[in-house]
Amino acid sequence: MTRVGVVVFPGSCDDRDATRAVEAMGAEPVALWHGDADLRGTDAVLVPGGFSYGDYLRPGALASLSPVMTAVRTHADAGRPVLGVCNGFQVLTETRLVPGVLRTNASMQFRFEDANLVVERESPWLPGRTAGDVLSIPIKHHDGCWFAEPEAVAELEARGQVLLRYRENPNGSVGSIACVTNERGNVAALMPHPEHAVDPLLGSTDGRVLLQGMLDLARQPVAV
Amino acid sequence: MNAVSPEPLHRTLGLTDGELGRIQELLGRDPNDFELAVYSLLWSEHCGYKHSRLLLRRFPTSGERVLQGPGENAGVIDVGDGLAVALKVESHNHPSAVEPFQGAATGVGGILRDIFAMGARPIAILDSLRFGELDDDRQRHLFSGVVAGVGSYGNCVGVANVGGEVEFDDSYEHNTLVNAMCVGLLPAEKLTSAKATGPGNLVVLYGSKTGRDGIGGASVLASQGFDESSADKRPSVQIGDPFTGKKLIECTLDLLDRGLLASLQDLGAAGLASSLSEMAASGGVGIDVDLSAVPLREADMEPFEIMISESQERMAAVVEPGRLDDVLSVCARWDLDATVIGSVTASGLLRAFAGGVEVGSMPVDTLVDGAPRYKVAQERPARLEDRPRLFADPVDPSAALRAMLSSTDCGSRRWVTRQYDQLVGSGTVVRPGGDASVVRLTPSARAIAVSLDGNGRRTSLDPRRGGMSIVCEAARNVACTGARPAAMTNCLNFGNPETGEVGYELAESIEGMSLACEALDLPVVSGNVSLYNEHFGRAIHPTPVVGVVGVLDDASLAVRAAFREAGDVVLLAGDGEAALDGSAYQKVVLGEHGGRIPEPDLDSERRLHEFLAQAAERGLLRSAHDVASGGIALCVAEAAIAGAVGAAVEADDLFGEGDGRVVIAAAQADVAALRELAGDLPLREIGTVGGSAIRVGAAELSLAEAAALHDAGIPNAVGA
Repeated sequence: MTRVGVVVFPGSCDDRDATRAVEAMGAEPVALWHGDADLRGTDAVLVPGGFSYGDYLRPGALASLSPVMTAVRTHADAGRPVLGVCNGFQVLTETRLVPGVLRTNASMQFRFEDANLVVERESPWLPGRTAGDVLSIPIKHHDGCWFAEPEAVAELEARGQVLLRYRENPNGSVGSIACVTNERGNVAALMPHPEHAVDPLLGSTDGRVLLQGMLDLARQPVAV
Repeated sequence: MNAVSPEPLHRTLGLTDGELGRIQELLGRDPNDFELAVYSLLWSEHCGYKHSRLLLRRFPTSGERVLQGPGENAGVIDVGDGLAVALKVESHNHPSAVEPFQGAATGVGGILRDIFAMGARPIAILDSLRFGELDDDRQRHLFSGVVAGVGSYGNCVGVANVGGEVEFDDSYEHNTLVNAMCVGLLPAEKLTSAKATGPGNLVVLYGSKTGRDGIGGASVLASQGFDESSADKRPSVQIGDPFTGKKLIECTLDLLDRGLLASLQDLGAAGLASSLSEMAASGGVGIDVDLSAVPLREADMEPFEIMISESQERMAAVVEPGRLDDVLSVCARWDLDATVIGSVTASGLLRAFAGGVEVGSMPVDTLVDGAPRYKVAQERPARLEDRPRLFADPVDPSAALRAMLSSTDCGSRRWVTRQYDQLVGSGTVVRPGGDASVVRLTPSARAIAVSLDGNGRRTSLDPRRGGMSIVCEAARNVACTGARPAAMTNCLNFGNPETGEVGYELAESIEGMSLACEALDLPVVSGNVSLYNEHFGRAIHPTPVVGVVGVLDDASLAVRAAFREAGDVVLLAGDGEAALDGSAYQKVVLGEHGGRIPEPDLDSERRLHEFLAQAAERGLLRSAHDVASGGIALCVAEAAIAGAVGAAVEADDLFGEGDGRVVIAAAQADVAALRELAGDLPLREIGTVGGSAIRVGAAELSLAEAAALHDAGIPNAVGA
């Protein structure tokens, strides 16, 4: 069974939800404690949402310096899949595993809503989906306005690192960008919460798409 | 020149001369200043309930589901499958009026601690808020600050906010009301108590360090009205740290899961003084506390300041000496301070030491149960009217409906709820915006439905009927989802009970609530009282706020408020009496307030709830929505807007408000079965779902316009 590490920082909130979602996808969740630089032999890593270290200094800034992230970086450098969600996105930008930064929402307020996400391109992270498809996945964040300099945005657009855009931009993100990957494509990060969209009783099941993408990548031999 | 003789200390602390005499009598000597400070807080209205306790005895508190009634940190009920649910609502009114963001945030922090102190993981927050009208900068500041504060704490600790209510009325202009409710889930056998036991056991304080914040908050803020000196009270407002609050939740549940704690209590109003005396009194023991051992944020704190500080995010636990090392190591894993600050004794005394010297010694029973119980005078307010007023039919019903949809009173609450994480925990099956929200109790198939309601404008016209009505409404909201109402918590927000009129309002509201609870078989398992909500002698509307939790055996059968299918039949279940007195129509369209509200028919109410539960179990309901604020017109409009489908409904009384009515929609094929199920409960076909317009009697507008008006009311008023 594919084993998925779910990182737990002090202040993580969605680690339990992510754990359940991984189970719902038929994989085995493994809790990874922030203080241990050890991924416990997991095949993929999910960095969940929340307010790691209270978002002190900047969201994700302190978490990026924690021992577990050293191990996550090694895992990512080896071409293994990493998925960052919400605060996890912030942590991954702070560790420079994905491009850009996340600023306070343009509204200056926390936003909770079901976001419509337009698929930008086919990707291993979005199995079975093609450009123009729409996924409904909830967002809930205060600092989800993704930003990069125009040249950097143009480069990563050209390299196909943009996977999802908001249909209605909820936070002011540049280019309505909701989900980006690293250059190699094995690390993906987004503000919306796939782990909250796996059960029809709670609304959408579109989050399963990204989680399935992560599991598919975990089962593939590493592409160099 | 003669020096002005200073006010004696006990009066400065808010104790009467008579109360000082009682302390002297109970101690058999004069209290020292340290002891006087402790008594003044524990005997304050906020901690000691001296004007309300005699009245609160009226509430029915027992029932077959009740595992823990009033008296602990929170009430607990059995919900089946070995699971239990803890619930409580608490006010943080005065702090929020002084500093809205922190006041509201720490209100949420405080109610969360009450819930996990019972061994429960918090799974849902609800907030009931009241402000003056939003046509004023200060009110907009208070409203947006409170909403941001509630959201900030709940979002950061990862507990879903699933509902609540907001009311705007001049009555609350100077007295913001912030009531926060929390529901927690626990395995029934893990129920934890605050009862200190076993002399020789250790008292461990864990969580944040202790500082000067919130010194004397319980007496300074919560037990007096406001006047021109209120700005000086800002240093009495506590500062919240949700990050530590989150660690405190996880650490506490970890400690309890490992069975390391003998008892547990949160530190809230009056800090250590209150927590230690309550733990000792409920266990029939004493506690010795060494204040020099308490980790401090500021070095030079006086012993009495350490004793009464309301610094947030702290818990006190009783630990057997053999388990201390394990307790300390779990706390260290969560990066929380944990310190032995005392021990349980057989003395029956709360003794405090500082630097090895005893600074105070008080029998715990005199602190907790010694406060005088005042019988409040009751005088029927002259403003109360004896009969409903006469109202002319609206000249233009469509214009009236438009005005109401776009008002802050009836407009969508999305501006508030979109600032809250409604989903964390992955349990929110029915989100806020309808009647009650439904939260699944994973891994069980069961769910709870929960609603938090108040209506000061209606209650002020007849406190007894208002008390009955608000219990009916909260229970009916829960019943609309198909859940069976199971238990109630409440927060009583009133003015100064020492005036006869407020005494009357308090007593009558409690009587009305109790009558409804008895009729609906709804035990009161917890609650809180917030008195002295007044400004220069003008009291707020009597505002009992009621939280009801109901149980659904199957989360997947939960019913929502939104219309679903064009062609469905719209029916009105129940035929309770309605009136415009105290209604949203009276306020928004007529700009008046007065008359008398109808008396709820409690027996019909009960039958209505049972009908809804059975109809939901059999899958006969496409939707169900309570007829409440705004009457049938708003009820139908809300169900249509939420479902993005129109409806046409016949009705004469569009805007009348009262109890005992629910608008349901059903497939044509199910109507006969519903009629049979209803028996002699009135069930009337009033229209159909479908189309792109909303028509209720003589009022009609397009669905798109209605939705736009409904969405715009609060954002336009706030200017954001």
